[in-house]
Amino acid sequence: MEALFAGIIASLTGCGVYLALRAYTFPVVLGLTLLSYGVNLFLFATGRLTVGQPAVISDTAAGYADPLPQALVLTAIVIAFGMTAFVIMLALKAKAELGNDHVDGRPPDNPRDEWEQDRADGWANDREDEA
Amino acid sequence: MNLSLVVLIPLLGAPLAAWVSRFGRLHAAWMAGVLAALALAALIPSKPAVFHGETLVQQLAWLPDLGLNLAFRLDGLGMLFAILILVIGLLVILYARYYLSESDSTGRFYAYLLLFMGSMMGVVLSENILLLLMFWEMTSLSSFLLISYWQQRSDARNGARMALTITGLGGLAMLGGFLLLGRIAGSYDLSAILAQGDAIRAHPLYTPMLVLILLGAFTKSAQFPFHFWLPQAMAAPTPVSAYLHSATLVKAGVFLLARLFPVLSGTHAWSYLVMGLGLTTLLMGAYFALFKHDLKGLLAYSTISHLGLITLLFGIGTPLAAVAAVFHIINHATFKASLFMAAGIIDHECGTRDMRLINGLWRYMPYTATLAIVAALSMAGVPLFNGFLSKEMFFGEAVNFARDSVWIWVFPATVALAGVLAVAYSLRFIHDVFFNGEPVNLPRTPHEPPRWMQVPVEVLVAICLLVGVAPAYTVGPFLHVAVAAVLQAEPPHYSLAIWHGFNAALLMSVVALVGGVLVYGGRRPLFALARRWHGLLDAPAVYRWVLRQVLALAGAVTRLLDTGSLQRLAAVFIVTALVAGAVGIIPPRLPITGPVAVSAPDAASVLVAAMLVVVGLASVLIHQRRLTSLIVLGAAGLLVSLIFVKFSAPDLALTQLSVEVVTIVLLLLAMYFLPRRTPVETDTGRRLGHFFIALGAGGGAGILSWAMLTRPHASISRFFLDNSVSGGGGANVVNVILVDFRGFDTLGEITVLALAGLGIYALLKDLRLPGPRYDIAGRPWDWDVHPPIMAALVRLLLPLALLVAVFIFLRGHNLPGGGFIAGLVTAVALIMQYLANGVDWTHARMPRNLHPAIGLGLLTALVTGSASMLLGYPFLTSAFTHVHWPFADFELASAIAFDLGVYLVVVGATLLILVHMGLMHGASHLPDAGRPRAARDAAPHPTSRLAAD
Repeated sequence: MEALFAGIIASLTGCGVYLALRAYTFPVVLGLTLLSYGVNLFLFATGRLTVGQPAVISDTAAGYADPLPQALVLTAIVIAFGMTAFVIMLALKAKAELGNDHVDGRPPDNPRDEWEQDRADGWANDREDEA
Repeated sequence: MNLSLVVLIPLLGAPLAAWVSRFGRLHAAWMAGVLAALALAALIPSKPAVFHGETLVQQLAWLPDLGLNLAFRLDGLGMLFAILILVIGLLVILYARYYLSESDSTGRFYAYLLLFMGSMMGVVLSENILLLLMFWEMTSLSSFLLISYWQQRSDARNGARMALTITGLGGLAMLGGFLLLGRIAGSYDLSAILAQGDAIRAHPLYTPMLVLILLGAFTKSAQFPFHFWLPQAMAAPTPVSAYLHSATLVKAGVFLLARLFPVLSGTHAWSYLVMGLGLTTLLMGAYFALFKHDLKGLLAYSTISHLGLITLLFGIGTPLAAVAAVFHIINHATFKASLFMAAGIIDHECGTRDMRLINGLWRYMPYTATLAIVAALSMAGVPLFNGFLSKEMFFGEAVNFARDSVWIWVFPATVALAGVLAVAYSLRFIHDVFFNGEPVNLPRTPHEPPRWMQVPVEVLVAICLLVGVAPAYTVGPFLHVAVAAVLQAEPPHYSLAIWHGFNAALLMSVVALVGGVLVYGGRRPLFALARRWHGLLDAPAVYRWVLRQVLALAGAVTRLLDTGSLQRLAAVFIVTALVAGAVGIIPPRLPITGPVAVSAPDAASVLVAAMLVVVGLASVLIHQRRLTSLIVLGAAGLLVSLIFVKFSAPDLALTQLSVEVVTIVLLLLAMYFLPRRTPVETDTGRRLGHFFIALGAGGGAGILSWAMLTRPHASISRFFLDNSVSGGGGANVVNVILVDFRGFDTLGEITVLALAGLGIYALLKDLRLPGPRYDIAGRPWDWDVHPPIMAALVRLLLPLALLVAVFIFLRGHNLPGGGFIAGLVTAVALIMQYLANGVDWTHARMPRNLHPAIGLGLLTALVTGSASMLLGYPFLTSAFTHVHWPFADFELASAIAFDLGVYLVVVGATLLILVHMGLMHGASHLPDAGRPRAARDAAPHPTSRLAAD
């Protein structure tokens, strides 16, 4: 079970890191979300893996899972949502200010590709309208 | 406790002085004067005890775990300095009131001055050396503010920056030295340190510790080669120079030498370093002082020279030399402060400080001239003035010291040469300024200054005279207790008489006086010579060069790492973390796998794990198609919540589930404004590199998890499990930890969430983004955004969803649930209304402004926490009771109010984010934008129709 858990953390972290290293904002946000799943699972695992023994006090319970990492992770999940929301809004702001969604805010190397992309996405007509 | 008052009155009074200046220009001066006098009054009650030879130590515990207490110490040395700082401070306050012009802000000036005064008092009265260091740094900062007081002048800014850089670097070195000293002595308290001088000197770390502490003292006291900041600091207003360079800032360095004299002195390293640099500084300062044309420049270099003299005396290290050093500290403070003030008056009245222009002022301001001449004679070391006494002691010590060494005549001759130069530059100050013909093209016609501007000078000059004529009756007792404190022993026998008979010291004094007159007489060829050598020792240029190199290095490192590409920067960051982590694994000090036996996986777990891996990989492989990858990501979130279910964490599963919904909705809304696809990155090499980095990161995280999971688990949670019911009144330990045991953390976390929400609100407030009109297939956007069936169903669901939220909230203390989860469930229920019915419709039915909800939530949490403090319990201690209701018997804990605060913040922040996102959508497709005309005519806009009903 432990190996399985470590494998899950490994795959979430690896995929998250690869996506976080991408050049456009949206995959970066997805990557950070995946990464936060991995980190939360890791934090959770510091309390070790306990099956069927939730940390709710009762007379019949045989034992309890470690509640402390759970409390940490609970707030971490909510904070991660706040962070994701903030980053995606930054991405939108950057798109509005800079006109593209590259992480460096620079026009991509091949503007033609971008234009094709825009047309595929339904923006091109806007530009023609403005012109 | 009066000692802490002495320090805190000026420090805490500084803002007060700034504030009262709003009601009148001179209020700040009065306030500063009253505060300084108060501090002096607080010091007086301790005076008799100190004169009886006692050392007063008063302390308040502050950070006892770090060995840092708010501990103050008053002995003879501290009292001498405290009185110098406060009395000269009072005189400077009076003087500055007339010096500052109408356009200068008095509030700012006096606030800085008080801040500096308090910091200096802290330095001289600290018992703990870490506390001393803190005040030491505060003197650096506040003197920076004072030197750069005329912020509009670039020389003031540069001078201040240079002073801060040099003294700041010295302070850093001193921190190292003090930490070593504390380690060696086993205590940071001066009482303990001063008692074990021999042990400290014998310690192997003595030499590095000495060098570090001396670096701090020498940079502060402007000793060669760190002297150059002091002349640059002359860009400050003259009252500041008079204060900083007579009794205070630069004396902090020699104060430290005096304070640690019993511990540090008496070794070869001490003698060579302190004597060598002291002698160099003495000579170099005197030489440069003679050739400065700027009045304040002359005084600045003379200050450097005199500090060198004091340092040299401490370096000699005999008890008698220490007497001479302390005596000269007093004398230099008085005559130098009065000379600076006189220079300020001259500058004020003539409009220039150039001695080539200022001549013959005797005719215009005879009274000021008399005062300045007396002070300058004292500086020269002429008999009947106080400078003479300490200087003769100094000459005597130089002869005594050299008697036993090979330097039998070289050392006294060098010292006498410095004396010659001192007489020469003092003579220049007198002759060039007050006589020597007529003024040359002065901007103004000089006359005597306002009466009260002369008073501080008068007081100081009177002290010079009184001490010079009757030393034993004036300064004698002060000197005695101060020297006793420096030596930590009974002072040696010394005589404070003017006449000691014919001896070597007297001969040297005569040589200095005669030689000084001769040198000044032959100044013209010397000036020509000095001009030729000018620039040979340009220390500021070296400083600027070093600074440029450091900045260039910093720039090169930054450019190497940060090329303006976030991808590169992130890669550098992750690789660094990987390397740092790998260092712990590669040389296997410990095996990766620990001793704990692992459990066997079951089929369902393997399935979930396999699905998660597939989903993770899929989200990477198809990340170009954004919508699809987002859906895949949602699946990953749901699988993670299944893991929480499996491993006994129902609260986490509920949280993850509801957060997942909110996150996906949010990302979907955001995606509307972003391109549908991610362009393919063409750089295959870079993608490959990132693949390996990701492989390393994933592998590293996996190894780390495996190593952790196979090691024994010792948790502090036993305490929480044992005390949850009895102490927190709840059976759900996770919730009790959140709202009770670690409630303060939770308060911090909901604050972060609230800030994120408000930050996003600020980001979105004026954001306008165009939305697409066609989908990928080229079909126009469907304007029927709120299908009626869905709208009706969701409205029916709302009460049910809210009921679930209330249920989860109420049971949270005893069963899985609580404020976070209930808040998220509520948010999801309300967001559903927005999605299904539109923003307009929903806004018509519930408050549109969500800021009050967030504020109310934070306030509720804070008030609940504070209530227990009012009752004398720690923050957020719960009270709970059993309530009998007709249907059930349940527990009501005060923590539920805190949880309500959490609930409100979560609902408020989540809705704030999503609703403003939704409003952007509304703005992006206004009714007339891009809709086919026929459709627009055929049916009213669905949103407006719903809003109307």
